[in-house]
This record gives sequence, structure tokens and C-alpha cells, in this order.
Amino acid sequence: MKLEAKIPEGPLAEKWARHKFGLKLVNPANKRKYDIIVVGTGLAGASAAASLAELGYNVKAFCFQDSPRRAHSIAAQGGINAAKNYQNDGDSVFRLFYDTIKGGDYRAREGNVYRLAEVSVNIIDQCVAQGVPFAREYGGLLANRSFGGAQVSRTFYARGQTGQQLLLGAYSALSRQVANGKVKLYPRTEMLDLVVEGGKARGIITRNLVTGKIESHSAHAVLLCTGGYGNVFYLSTNAMGSNVTAAWRAHKHGALFANPCFTQIHPTCIPVKGDYQSKLTLMSESLRNDGRVWVPKRKEDSEKIRKGLMKPTDLKEEDRDYFLERRYPSFGNLVPRDVASRNAKYVCDEGRGVSKTGLAVYLDFADAIKRDGRKTIEAKYGNLFEMYEKIVDDNPYETPMMIYPAVHYTMGGLWVDYNLMTTIPGLYALGEANFSDHGANRLGASALMQGLADGYFVIPYTVGDYLATIGPADKVSVDSPVFKQAEQRVQDQIQRLLSINGTTPVDEYHRKLGLIMWDYCGMSRTEEGLKKAKKMIQELKAEFWSNVKVTGDNEEMNQTLEQAGRVADFIELGELMVDDALNRNESCGGHFREEYSTEDGEAKRDDENYAYVAAWEYKGENQPAVLHKEDLVFENVKLTQRSYK
Amino acid sequence: MKVNLKVWRQKNNNTAGKLVEYSLDNISPDMSFLEMFDVLNAELIRKGDEPVAFDHDCREGICGMCSMYINGRAHGPQTGATTCQLHMRSFSDGDTIVVEPWRARAFPVIKDLMVDRTAFDRVVQAGGYVSVNTGSAPDANEIAIPRTIADEAMDAAQCIGCGACVAACKNASAMLFVSAKVSHMAVLPQGQAERKIRAERMVAQMDAEGFGACSFTGACSVECPKSISLDHIARMNREYLGAKLTSENV
Repeated sequence: MKLEAKIPEGPLAEKWARHKFGLKLVNPANKRKYDIIVVGTGLAGASAAASLAELGYNVKAFCFQDSPRRAHSIAAQGGINAAKNYQNDGDSVFRLFYDTIKGGDYRAREGNVYRLAEVSVNIIDQCVAQGVPFAREYGGLLANRSFGGAQVSRTFYARGQTGQQLLLGAYSALSRQVANGKVKLYPRTEMLDLVVEGGKARGIITRNLVTGKIESHSAHAVLLCTGGYGNVFYLSTNAMGSNVTAAWRAHKHGALFANPCFTQIHPTCIPVKGDYQSKLTLMSESLRNDGRVWVPKRKEDSEKIRKGLMKPTDLKEEDRDYFLERRYPSFGNLVPRDVASRNAKYVCDEGRGVSKTGLAVYLDFADAIKRDGRKTIEAKYGNLFEMYEKIVDDNPYETPMMIYPAVHYTMGGLWVDYNLMTTIPGLYALGEANFSDHGANRLGASALMQGLADGYFVIPYTVGDYLATIGPADKVSVDSPVFKQAEQRVQDQIQRLLSINGTTPVDEYHRKLGLIMWDYCGMSRTEEGLKKAKKMIQELKAEFWSNVKVTGDNEEMNQTLEQAGRVADFIELGELMVDDALNRNESCGGHFREEYSTEDGEAKRDDENYAYVAAWEYKGENQPAVLHKEDLVFENVKLTQRSYK
Repeated sequence: MKVNLKVWRQKNNNTAGKLVEYSLDNISPDMSFLEMFDVLNAELIRKGDEPVAFDHDCREGICGMCSMYINGRAHGPQTGATTCQLHMRSFSDGDTIVVEPWRARAFPVIKDLMVDRTAFDRVVQAGGYVSVNTGSAPDANEIAIPRTIADEAMDAAQCIGCGACVAACKNASAMLFVSAKVSHMAVLPQGQAERKIRAERMVAQMDAEGFGACSFTGACSVECPKSISLDHIARMNREYLGAKLTSENV
């Protein structure tokens, strides 16, 4: 298999314009003859479904939640980047492109990233027109802030609820198309299989989560906007329902999975408290603009704090180690996420962590409050401080906040070409579900940008090219054998899960998998650890399929059954992530291999041998996946070692 | 700590439900209320019993999915918080806690503590949007919006659509939810073109869904996890009256 990325020729700034002109168009009167399935209704899915329906296509939109408005994009706090340069501080499309490529540690495609930066400006226009209440200055114009270490202020935000407001904007556009009859909604419905016939995606098999009914849906094209796979770690900032099932089952039908080991560990999350913990809560990265990260200089002081014998506020200034400011004087507390996370791990590994578990560092606002006054800090972060207090039962205005890294985002995903098409013709992947724009590390406020770029401004152009090529007659009926067989496969898997009748709840397997992934395929990885993890995952898989306990039956609302199917897929994905991490003998972005680091613990990238996308092909149950490489070509940026010193 | 639970169990919409008692030991005060339910469900599954079905997703108070009626209050004893943000430290050792689903004709029970809130989606579909196709927007800074107006819109727009307002209301009225959306768009310049028709259509759909009338007790606003103000109901009443007086539509 040769991977054709289809990056257009020509100068970087003209690629997308040229490409759009080259794409085939579907006549306005013919658009109603095409059906498109959109799975997932987050930023990518809702914006795609709405935009395609506006063009005149017939859209079916699916989500497992009870309403499209609840997709996990809603939880994004910080903001959305756009190269508007409203602040006159030197931003440009090229600078946003450059920052994103560099921030991704040179493991993303130039063409895709430039396009992302280019359409970012249109996203803000679109959202404002929908009524998204972005923060504004007193003059009535849009406010911006610097975010996640960016040297310019290009982030637009709506209090600490930017994701919510952007999603509600997309949801309102989607709702309008539902009212117009151009989108049919299927809430509480989960995609369980992809139907491929004649080498093309033809539709999906779903389970109605309320009745358990297995149904076939046929279409000319299928868009997977199903988010990331961070829940493979069990504990993450993802929603409880976020899962890889749709993408994974497409992978089993031939869609290559790219860079699965590229996962982002976010530095500012509320630390783990106990075994019962079900999820981790993110504190917006914007906190690092004013908070200072530190741990005690001496292990003994950390121990005293852990035992409650000493308060952090009692520790003198000279006994504190502001380790990010010390190691990275020019970026300080604003170093990229992967760097901040890894350093927090180092100081905790040294025994200098705080909180009862020893797995936490301080994020201290005392200086900011002294400088700007409590009122200013409250106005900026009031809701975050409140959230922290609710969870931790501690007042961050008085005692420094405690944070620890947690899994937050997955840069890897289904391999797509420049048109966002996977290796299965007619099957597309948008937003976090694809791999294409963030390389090995995503910058803050860029996930919202990418989800909306794909949905509003990329897929409406590119899907037309495919549809115009195949023609409206090229569709397979749900009564055809290929759909019936797929339905049977889904039924069989459900029956298999229900009939094991073992002794252990699904949750427990998920927790075990999560621990394996976190310990061996998390912030820091080694060949030895990864090999061990692979074996452990295989054993876990065997145990799951022989001893899992799934109660109830299929013909009803059955949350245990839903979860069992998702965990089964996570286990298989976990193994692929480990394979990918083992293959990548370098450290880049979120992927840090201890064998490939400098003496002072910084990442050592290997552009000579690993400047490629690792795309994995599924070869069958318990067969090793096959690696395909897409070489990354850099014509516009010079590859440098990231340095934030 | 130890807690005694009385939980509403109902197999499906066609079967009668009842309160079933459970008791749990070794509950940590730091657990969230939903994590306490995870512990209960794990125990039930081990015994081969059916776990309690309940809606939840983000578990950080923003998706609006969780929806438990705890000791007679939507989202439990705290104000300004969802069920997932409630921690066991809000209860005392040995407490008996009664947990029911949202109760409203427009929110039929699906199973146990899970209800069908698609009525809210249909109300939004009736007009909770600005009709602007992708690509046709002017530059974002073309229209200046005073900061106070933007803040007012944001206050309304932060509704998470959980339905606590309906559950808390003795009439099961959806006025707070609907007015938050009407208000959000009525104050913004972008919402002006469809201002009247939006108020008319959304109110008509709200009534068609079977939500009750508003008698302005204010319970909705008290129980709202985002503390959405009653002012929005006042604004919607004004918007609706104005729209009706000059209506050429509905």
C-alpha cells in the first residue's frame, strides 16, 4: 500500500486555494441525491453536519449522548486560536502555522497545518455571526489572550467555557438544519461497525442504546468525527463515554491508524485522590499565565507537607524550587505541555512531590494576587478556582493549588490525506479522530480550531470531489447481503460479551488497562517497559474475554454492555499504541523514550530516521499490525531542536 | 462513611418503578456522588444484579448529562453545581439519601434515573439559532458589541441544558431554559433579524412539549447549576408579548 497524502503542489500559501479550484463540484440540484453519515456531534461533527446540510446534502448525524450538545468538545475551557492579528503584535497565518509545526515537534504535514492556520480566521467570523459570546474589550471589539506559551495574543475565549460556547454555536447551526429537514438526528445511538463494499465505505451499523435495536444506515460517504482515544488510560480528562470504537472498527476494515503513541499529557490537572477515582479534571492552561509552579527544594520538606506537618505557605521563598523557571528561564511556567508535564514527573520521581500521594506540584498564585490584586485574579480565573475548591475542598486563594499531569488529548488517529479521507475511499475522519495537524504535540487552543476548521471549511469542499466522482447511483442498499452480514457480526459480538458471564466487572479491566498504559506508555517510555506492557495487555485481553461479567441483555438500555464493547476495543488499541511507541526510537513531543534523551533529560528527536508518519494496517485478530510510512517533507520550515531554555 | 440509599428503579418506560434500598460502607468523603454510584454498581454487578442506569458523561459539570434528584432537590443539596460536582462530604455518616430521576411529563423515564430530554432539542430546533450559513459571515470585529451586552449574553448562554430547572419546578415549567436561549440571542446584534419569530416559535414548541406554566416561584434559578437569573424569564415574557402584539407569523 502506498500512502498518497495528496498534498497539492505549489507555494505553501497557495496550496489550499489551488486545491479547492481543482476539486470537482456537485451541481446544486444534485446535492440532494447524496446521503452523508456523520458520526459524532462535537465541534467537528456538528459543524460538518450543519455545513453539509446547508449545501443541500442529506445528512444523518449520530451521537451516543442524549443530545448532540453534550459532546465532549463542550468541556474545552481555554480558547481557540486564530491568526487575526487583531492585537497588532506580529501574528500572521505563517506565524500560527510555524508555531503549530514547531510545537508539534515537526511530525505534522506542512500543507495541512498551513491550511488550518489559513482558515482559522474564518472560524472566528462564523462563530461570532452565530452569536457566540466571545470576551470583548470595553470598546466592543474582541478580546484576545496569550495562551499555552504563544508569544502573541491570538486566543479568543468565552470565559472559561470556550468549548461550550463554540459547540453550542455549531449545535444551533445543526438544530436549524434538523428543523429544515436536511439533518436527521440519532441521539443515544452508537456506531458499532463500518460497512465496506467494493473497496468503498457504504454505511454503518448502529445500536440504539435505548432499545438495543441493531440498525443499518447506508450513505455515499461516512464521516467519523468521534474524538480521541485518551480513555485508553482509564483516567483522563475525557468524558466517561469518550471511546475509540467507531475509529477502531473502521481500522479493522482497512483504515490505517496513524501515530497512535502520540498522546498529550496535560500538566495542569487536579491530582488523583483515590482508587475510586473515575476521571480527572483539567484546570485550564491559562492558569500558567499567572501561576508559578514549584515544589520544595528538599525532600524532607515535601515529606513534612505530605504528612500534614507543614503548610506550603510556611515554606520560605529560598526553600522553594520554581523548577520550570529555573530550567527554562525564557519560557518559564509557559513551556509547552509536554515539557511542563515531564518536569512535574521528574520532581515527583525525585520524591519532592506534594499531596498525600506525592504525585502533585504546586501552582501558586500568591505573587499574582500581590501584583494584580485578588479582584483581577478572580475575574480571570474565578470559575476555575471555584471548581478546584469544590473538588479538593481547599481554597486556592490562600493555599497554592496542587496540580499533576493527566492524559488530555490524542494527536494520533485515523490516517487521512489532505482531503481528510482515510485509506478507505468514502470514509473520512475529522477533528481529534484524525492524526493530521498536531504532529507529536498539540498547542493549547488548537483543538477547537482544528475541529471547526475540518467541519466548517475543509470537508464541505473535499467531500464534494469524491461524491462527484462516484455519482449518486453508487450506493448500496441496507437490504443487501453486505449490510446483513455486518449486522450479524455486531449481534455475534454482543452475544459473545453477554454469554461470558464471568466474575469481574468491565470497569476493573478498564482500570487495569489504564494503569499499564500510564506506567509504561505514558509520560516516559522505555523499550523494556513497553515490551512488558505488550505482554501484560495480551494477558489482560485473554482474561477479559474469558472472565468479564456483563449483566442484563441486549434488548434494553444496558450501560454495562456499551462499556464492555468499548473496553474490548481499547485493549486492542493499547497494544497498537505500545507497538508504535516501540517502533519510534526517538523522543518527540508527547512521545518520550528515555533511551533517546540528553544528559539533562531533554528529548532527542531523530529527523534522519523518524521524520515520518507511522500508519498501521490491521491484519487480523492477534496478527502483528503492518507499518506503512509517510515521509514528512519540510520545504518551508527548518527543523530545529525545540528549545525553551 | 456509611450511607443508606433509596434509589428509584424502573426497568423501562412501560413498567412501574419503585424505590429500592441499598446500603454502602466505606464511602470516602472525597468521592463524588457519581463515584459513589460507581461503587454501588460494581457491587451489584458482582452479585449478578442489574446496575442502576444513570446519565453522566463529562463529570466536570459542563455537559449537562447528569441529572439526579437527590433528597428532593435537583442535583442535590449544593447550589450552583451539577450532580457530578457533588461530593460525599456534603453528607453525614449514616445519612439516608433518596435518589430519583427528573420528574416531568415532558421528560419520560427511560430507565432507573435516566430520562428523555429530547424535548429541549426540539425547542432549540424551533428557533434557538441565528440563520447564518457557513462562509457567509462578515469579519468578526465588524460589529462592536459593548462588553456589558456580551457579558449579559454569556450569562444566559452558559446554560448547560441539564433540565434541573424543569425538575425543580412544581409545574415542570421549562421557562428558565427557553428564556436563557431567547435572552442570549435577543441582546446580541446578530440575533435581531429573527428576534420576534424566535420568541414566538420557541414558546410555542415549549408548550407543545407539555412543559407546565411559570408561576415565578424562582425554584428553577435556585437549583440551576449555572445560577441562570430569573431576569431572563422577565425578558422572554417581554420579548414574547412584543412579538405577539405585532406578529405576522405563528
